[in-house]
Formats: sequence, C-alpha cells, structure tokens
Amino acid sequence: MKSYLLALYNNMEEAGLVLDELNNTKLPGFSMKDVVIKSPIEHPELSEKLGKRPVYVQLFTLVGVLFGPITGLTLVASAQASFIYQIRGGRPVVPIPPDMVLTYEFFILSGVLMTVIGCFIGWKLPGNRSPLYNTRVSEDKIGILVKAEDTSIPVINEIFKKHHSLEILGEEKK
Amino acid sequence: MSHMIKHDVPDDNEIHIEKKFVPKDLDIDKDVSWAQINKDVLRSLDRPRPIFWVIFFAAMALFSFGVYCEKYQYDNGLGVADLNNPQVWGLYIATFIFWIGMGHSGTLLSALLHIIHADWRKPIYRYAEAMTTFSLLTAALFVLIHLGRVWQFYYVVAYPNERWVWPNFSSPLVWDATAIGTYLTSSLLFLYTGMVPDLAICRDNATGARKKLYTFMSLGWQGTDRQWATFRVTYMTLACFLMPLAVSVHSIVSTDFAVSQNPGWHITSFPPYFVAGALYSGCSVIITLFILLRYVFRFEAYMTMPILNKLIKMTFAIAMVWNYLNLIEYSTVWYGANEIAKQQLLDKMTGTYAPVFWGMVFCSTVMPFTLLIKFVRTHLPTLMVVSIILNFGMWLERIQIITPTFGHSQYPWTWTSGWWPSWVQFGIVAGSFGWFTMLFMLYCKIFPTISMYEVKEMVHDQSKMLKAKGVA
Repeated sequence: MKSYLLALYNNMEEAGLVLDELNNTKLPGFSMKDVVIKSPIEHPELSEKLGKRPVYVQLFTLVGVLFGPITGLTLVASAQASFIYQIRGGRPVVPIPPDMVLTYEFFILSGVLMTVIGCFIGWKLPGNRSPLYNTRVSEDKIGILVKAEDTSIPVINEIFKKHHSLEILGEEKK
Repeated sequence: MSHMIKHDVPDDNEIHIEKKFVPKDLDIDKDVSWAQINKDVLRSLDRPRPIFWVIFFAAMALFSFGVYCEKYQYDNGLGVADLNNPQVWGLYIATFIFWIGMGHSGTLLSALLHIIHADWRKPIYRYAEAMTTFSLLTAALFVLIHLGRVWQFYYVVAYPNERWVWPNFSSPLVWDATAIGTYLTSSLLFLYTGMVPDLAICRDNATGARKKLYTFMSLGWQGTDRQWATFRVTYMTLACFLMPLAVSVHSIVSTDFAVSQNPGWHITSFPPYFVAGALYSGCSVIITLFILLRYVFRFEAYMTMPILNKLIKMTFAIAMVWNYLNLIEYSTVWYGANEIAKQQLLDKMTGTYAPVFWGMVFCSTVMPFTLLIKFVRTHLPTLMVVSIILNFGMWLERIQIITPTFGHSQYPWTWTSGWWPSWVQFGIVAGSFGWFTMLFMLYCKIFPTISMYEVKEMVHDQSKMLKAKGVA
C-alpha cells in the first residue's frame, strides 16, 4: 500500500536539498515521478530536479489553429455559395480577400479556446486533486508531496525532518 | 589583443562599478514579505477606503440616468436623440470606438509586456485586463443603442435559420461583430486563466459565500509543478494570440470607415491610426485608474512611482506615434487630389466642427508634452487631471472622425451646420461611464486587482538579481 507525505519548507534551498537527497536515495516503491512540488510561485530550478515533465498544451493549440480557419472559411464560403444562383454583378460568389478577415478571427478564437481547454486538461482540473494540501503553500511556503510504499515512509520522513521541515502532513491511501 | 586581456584578467574597475549599483529605482520594495503581499491584496477585498462607496454609488446613479435616457429613446424613437439624416450616428458610434479603443491598452500592458518580460507590468496588469473586458462590454452596448431597434442586432450575427439567410460576410459590420466577440471571449479567458492562482489564495483565506465562489472559480488549484508548467505555456500562448487580435480588432473597426468612399474616411492609414489612438486612450485611462486604485485600496507599496513613471513614458511614446499618424492622415488629404475631402478637412478646422477639432488638438496633441515636466509626472492629482484631459481629447477625436464627414459629405445639399447632440445622447454616454465604473469597482471589490503570485515572483527575482550583484 502506498501513502502520501507532504512537508513544508520555508525556502527554496532547503526544498532543493530534500529533492537532491530523495533523488539519491534508493527506496523500494518510490521514484521521483511520485514527487510533486507545491509552491506559491513557479520554481523552475526545483522542477528541473524532478526530471522532464512534458506539457501538452501546444498540441491543443495546434489543433485549434488548424481547425479554426478551416471551419471558419468553410462556414463563410458555404453561406455565400448558398446564393450561387443570385446575380452578383460580375463579382465572385465567394470573394477570398474579404473572407480572409473572418478566417483570421476564427483562427485566433479557435486557437485561444483550444489552448484554454488544453490548459484545464493539463491541470487535471477540476476534479483530480492532489490528496494533501496546506493553505500556507498559497502564501509563502514550499510543499513537497511524496507518494511511496509504507515501508519507505519512515525514511522519507527522516529526510524531511533532517532538512528542517516546518510541518509534515501524512495520510494513508485508502 | 587588449580586448582579450580585459576579459581574461579580472578588472578592478568593473567590480567597483557593480558594487556601486544602488537600487534606488526599484519597481517594488525587495523586502516586502510574501505573506504581506497576500495580506495587503486580500484586505482590499474587505476594507477599501470609504471613497470606494462614494465612487460606486455615484457611478450607479450615472448608470441609472443612462438607463432612463435609453428607455426614453426606446419609447420615443431615435428622433429624441436628434439623430436624423445626415447625422445618423452621433455620439453613439463615436463613443463605441472610444470604448473599443480603451480596452486595447489592457492587452498591450498585459500581453505585449509579458512577451518581452517587462516585469514592471506585474503589479498593474490585472486591472488593465479587467478594464479591457468592461470596456468591450460597454462598447457592445453602443452597437445596440445606435440601432434604435435594439432587437435587430442579430442581423450581423451568423446563425443558421430555416430560410438560409446569412449576414453579408463581406461587410465590415459583420467583421466587427465577429472581431469584438472574439476579443471579448479571448480577453475574458486571458483574464480568468491568469487569475486562477490568485483565486486559490482567496479561497484559502475566505469564508462563507466568498469561499464557495473562489473554490468554484479556482478549480482546485494547488500550485503543483505540473500546474505551473502548464500555466506558463498557456499564458504565453494566449498572450501571443492576444497581441495580433488586439491589432486586428481596432483595424477592423477602422475598416468600417476606410472601405467607404466618404470624405475623411477613405484613408489607408486608418487601421494603424486607430490602433495607435486606441493604445493612447487606453494608456491614459490606465494612468487614471492607477492613481485611483492606489489611493482607494491603499496599494502604495505595489503601484509605485517608478512603475507609474514607466507607464507615463510609454503613454508619451504612444501619443507621439498617434500624433505622427494624425499628421500623415491630414497630409494625405491635403496633398491628395480629392477636393471634397480637402474641403471637408478645412471645414473640420475652420467651420462648424472647429471647436471639436481644436479641442482634440489641445487635449491630445499639446497636453502630452506636459508629461515631460517632472512635477506633472510626480504630483498625482495633477497627473490625474492630465490623464483625464488626454482621454477627453481622444473622445473628441472620435467625434471629429464621424460627425464632420456626415455633416460635410459628397453632396452639398446634405451639408449641415450647428449640429449638437441632444441631452438623451449625452445622458446615454454619461450612463456608459457609470456602467463601466460600476462594473470595474465591483470587480475590484470581489477579485484581486493586483496579481499576488506575480508580485511575489517580482520580489523573488529582484532579490536574486541584487544578490547576484552583491547589493543585498
């Protein structure tokens, strides 16, 4: 069975040392993939220690910027083409230059919407929330959340304490 | 050779210069604690100065008067607004352009300065973004109001119906509706996405109904490394979308005029001219709101004088761009072959509309030069008056684009003189200012106006920078 531990730290240096030590310690049923940093601001220096964690928002954006203009132009052109039997005074039924304006707007709108959808999916929000949280994280503390086998929890607890954690919260996974 | 020696051997002078670095012009106090930032901003949601309520209720009264005027116009027709041929748009479309333009600096300040990593935007961009959203909501009202028959607005909206009747997609009016809809949606999402980490802070400190609201809106944000990484990419991507969108929206609004054959409108420099004007008026409003919020919510520690100074410099630079494009516009007409356009320009300067034209020149061309005076830049009441004058000038600019063209068009028998908007038009315009201020103040009371997490980042980066320079 795996359990969670959340330790709070006052500064980035201590949190960094904890991550280094967790990385160097070989514990059964534990890997760095199971470590989550919770912080009031983004800390790229700390995130680097967790290894590569890809972000997929760009893929959603790509889908958006392809889908938007194609759909937009199709909508506009097909609406204009529905008047194909009307006399247009020699002008084209589907005039491309003015249609580009709306195609551009659809390109942006679809790109924005898909990016935001991608962001919400990337956040896994709302719903899939991390099990342990402390409101001090949104103020000025840095939290390190670890999931590990019950047998490894005491060792991790010791590592947390060794680096002057302010508080350790633990919860056994049901 | 000497260049190489300079780099290989430590230079005493260089070290000396670095140590002499004095952080007298820091944008924000580097010693302010993160907890204090939370406390100060959250306090603004609970206890603003009493002047907040004075402004809020004054705005509400103004809005109520606007609603009364609109109802009066609705019941009696556009005649009560003195709108008739040839003056069919009056203040409504002028004010529509004014409000659309005002929203642009929110995007400029937020998106462009974010892309170029200008950190000084961090304490002030949030209210600018909110200003964008509320300006667009106000602008959209004028599109409906100027129709008279407000229920017919759907003529420009594309929706499937059983008769297969679509709007004319080649018309700039349909482009307007689409562009404004896109801009409003994107700005709202940009504002909301950027606010999520702060809503989580509010959630962690609120009780009762507010806690429920913030819990719902913060979507369970916990500030995990994955959430931050996703957030960064999203925010940057949205900023990259918002910049060209903002330019396109006001270009499209200008295209309403530029694609017509009317004198004074058929000018190719209109799109950049409109965009510059939009940024100019938006920047002056940002200065006004800066001073207002700084006082009302006690944000002196975050909305600092160095940041205001940068904002003023940006406004001045944009004002000069706008002046240049204005000059280009008049030169094009003056040296062009279109005699009617030339006569119309002369009429603007010397005829019926001369007070509006010269009022604009004084307020928007001459007044920005006062920003070069240190006293104006540092004395907040004076600066507030100047920023309001600049903005009033930009409103006059919108009027002098529209009214003279209708009053001095291609055909002499349509020429009019002495046209003056009725009290109904003025009432509705005043009501729109009440509506905007009311929404804006309400927003400031419910949502954090200063981006707490970004100010923390700013303090963090500043401390790191000073440490590296050996000052802290």
